[in-house]
Amino acid sequence: MSNLTQFGNDLYTGKKSVNFVGRRKLWYTIAIVSMIISIAIPVIGGGFNFGIEFRGGSQFQITNTQTIEQDLAQEAVDEVVAGEVVRVTTVGDNGVRVQTDQLSDDETREVASALAAAYGVTEDDVATSFVGPSWGADITDQAIRGLVVFLALAAIVMALYFRTWKMALAAMLTLAHDLILTAGVYALAGFEVTPAAVIGFLTILGFSLYDTVVVFDKIRENTAELGADSRSTFAEAVNLAVNQTLVRSINTGVVAALPVAAILFLGAFALGADTLRDISLALLVGIIVGTYSTVFIAAPIYAHLRENEKDISARDRRTIAAREAAVE
Amino acid sequence: MALTTTGKKARSTPVKKAWRSLIWLMVIIAGLTATTAGGVLFSTASWTPRLALDLEGGTQIILQAQLGEGESISTEQLNQAVSIIRQRIDASGVSEAEISTQGAQNVVVSLPGVPDQATLDRIESSAKLEFRPVLYTDAASVASVGEEGDAASPSPEASDPAAAPLEATPSVSPTDASDLNWITPALFDQFTNFDCADSDTLGANVAPVDQPLVTCDDTSTAKFILGPVEVAGENISDATNGLVTNAQGISTGTWGVNIVFDGTGTDQFAAVTERLFALEGAQNQFAIVLDGRVISAPTTNAVITDGRPQISGSFTQDSSKALADQLKFGALPVGFEVLSRDTISATLGSNQLASGVIAGLVGLGLVLVYSLFQYRLLGLVTMASLVVAGVLTYLVLALMSWRQGFRLSLAGVAGLIVAIGFTADSFIVYFERIRDELRDGRSLPGAVEAGWKRALRTILASKGISLLSAVVLFVLAIGNVRGFALTLGVTVIIDIIVVMLFTHPMLQLLANTRFFANGHKLSGLDPQALGAIYRGRAQFREPVRTAKGSGASREAARRQTIAERKAAGTITAPADTPPEKSVTSSAPSKGKDS
Repeated sequence: MSNLTQFGNDLYTGKKSVNFVGRRKLWYTIAIVSMIISIAIPVIGGGFNFGIEFRGGSQFQITNTQTIEQDLAQEAVDEVVAGEVVRVTTVGDNGVRVQTDQLSDDETREVASALAAAYGVTEDDVATSFVGPSWGADITDQAIRGLVVFLALAAIVMALYFRTWKMALAAMLTLAHDLILTAGVYALAGFEVTPAAVIGFLTILGFSLYDTVVVFDKIRENTAELGADSRSTFAEAVNLAVNQTLVRSINTGVVAALPVAAILFLGAFALGADTLRDISLALLVGIIVGTYSTVFIAAPIYAHLRENEKDISARDRRTIAAREAAVE
Repeated sequence: MALTTTGKKARSTPVKKAWRSLIWLMVIIAGLTATTAGGVLFSTASWTPRLALDLEGGTQIILQAQLGEGESISTEQLNQAVSIIRQRIDASGVSEAEISTQGAQNVVVSLPGVPDQATLDRIESSAKLEFRPVLYTDAASVASVGEEGDAASPSPEASDPAAAPLEATPSVSPTDASDLNWITPALFDQFTNFDCADSDTLGANVAPVDQPLVTCDDTSTAKFILGPVEVAGENISDATNGLVTNAQGISTGTWGVNIVFDGTGTDQFAAVTERLFALEGAQNQFAIVLDGRVISAPTTNAVITDGRPQISGSFTQDSSKALADQLKFGALPVGFEVLSRDTISATLGSNQLASGVIAGLVGLGLVLVYSLFQYRLLGLVTMASLVVAGVLTYLVLALMSWRQGFRLSLAGVAGLIVAIGFTADSFIVYFERIRDELRDGRSLPGAVEAGWKRALRTILASKGISLLSAVVLFVLAIGNVRGFALTLGVTVIIDIIVVMLFTHPMLQLLANTRFFANGHKLSGLDPQALGAIYRGRAQFREPVRTAKGSGASREAARRQTIAERKAAGTITAPADTPPEKSVTSSAPSKGKDS
């Protein structure tokens, strides 16, 4: 702790300072390259692996099984509907999930009892579901509509609160970066895109902006204090604010990521709950990327957008001139 | 303030405020607890939030309205569909079914357990409204009208006319729909043995449009033999209720239902009324049949040729409205298709809940460890705040389950776990601000007040964005997303309440304890460790300056001079007096006891 506290002290006074704003070209390059990679991953990898909610079909989930042998499922389905393409996955260490194309009601019942017999469980342990092909698309349509409305409202609220639309713009650009990267990692992990994953993405929207607002509020505070006789340029004031909130950013990132990581590794891999796994992967990546991007992308973009404003650039020139005069 | 119970010696303002806030928090918790307790004792509330199907097990069917290009379905129509589906499910004896609308065009049916195929078929079939002439009617013989739910065991002999040895085809071919020749001995036998309680369960009250139908009315008090369909529900273009007027256009003060048929319906209805008007007794009646049950069987008092009949009788405003709605929407303007059907076994549900709870507890534990590591004993305040937030969230969810029909889904559980991190961030923002103020050389109570002012603004702005996302998602999204958004939104609000009414007051109180105010090494607010400029006795060391980032350090220095000015005005702590007595607040107005 003492190290991080000491680090925080030095950051606060400016004894130590990471030049987030000044080295923006480096951060921009990293951001653009990683975004290109994120877009390339699903393109090269053949697109996202859409879940049954998007494809449509029938699904059987068997719990409390004695064995997780996957051939049993194929055989059981073949008994009822020969030649059916079956996707079998194991869930945790005593669950099996079987997905097929859409089956009729009678077939569904027969497959369920065949599976129960094959895995030595009662039919109560076989959950069946059927999803029309439009369900996932439907939930996504709604989600996208929600997203657009939310982004518009959030941009307005931020522009009003900070009294500059440039902060809103910087936050939105950062958000786009976060979403693209998260989607890329999701595609890389090869997880199925389910409605739960969509929920995860929507939460990242909230988190990414939330984190940006916290840091921007400090920037607002610091830059508002800049007067005509200020001794630091606009970019330096922004940079100090980011440095002063850096310990907060680290702590928040860790604290937000810990429970999500717990869901991902415990809830999903060890215990086997798909919904939790899909949400938490999207969230974990989103939290890490969201925390990183606020510091490395949002703040530099904001400084970049503002420092060419007439008033600010004039004041910065005066500040620098005064500083040089003092040195001489 | 009457609420505060200050001790003998006068306390400084922040401490008073702190107690006041804490008392408010107690009032809120007590209020929520009392409301829930009242609900549990006197109503249907429960101490635990109700679980959604994915955690509890059961079947969820999502029906989507089938809309053509440019068509839309109104909220009214959707609600009508919900009530029709509810009637159907109630009729099949399934209890605790929940039917709700979702989004603009979906109906969600949630059933406990695994329903049988007949129930599923009933839910998934679209409503059918038809007009049939009455051939014969009688009071229903069944005594136990209300026990529909017990009629699970079918008796196929009674319902299957084909199995009866009696003559099942009319010996004389009927000439029209009102012809009594439709009533064959087999049909009459079926009618005699017909039990209204069974009718829905057996699917017995279904007949092809060109065949007679034996059924009951919707209250199971009368049973009917009806002729073939004369007019189909699709031919109704409108139905309204209104006060009946006499020939002079003066209101008679009774309610009636006005139907408007389309062209085909007008012709067909004119033919029916012409025939029925000439007949007597039961044959003078026509039956309006919704999903196989007679919802109304008015007598024919006139030949209606303009396609605008009025049904009058012993209607109230409500019952006439209900019938008008049934006529208008009974044959739903759009069909419904099954979008998804999900059956979750109870074991799978409880497994998922257990995974979520374990993951949540482990996550909470990790947050505690990290907080203690980072903030030492201040981490305990984080933990206590999270516990208070947890208690509030639990109570609110239990209340919402009772009043709003909220059900906690797996996505909701994920929302709650995620909220741990988001909530803890409020405390982190606040603690870091306090540390910043300490670094500026303020005393702890002063730093708490000044840090709070800045932190609160940041917290409100950032939580506002979170709340906005939750609200937008809740309003616009459907399905799981809604449950997630709701839990997230609730936790954001509770987060703000907790940080205002618990975390801040706790720090105000702790700031006045020797342990924290003296900056014990384990307090997490040790000014030495924080590199505070304040060195006691209003002495401040010069801020460190380095060449690198000189502008930034000058900026910091400039801020320090402000802090110096403020601090110098209030901090007069002589080494021999306990700080909590002399140091009260950095605000220009000094505490009373200093």
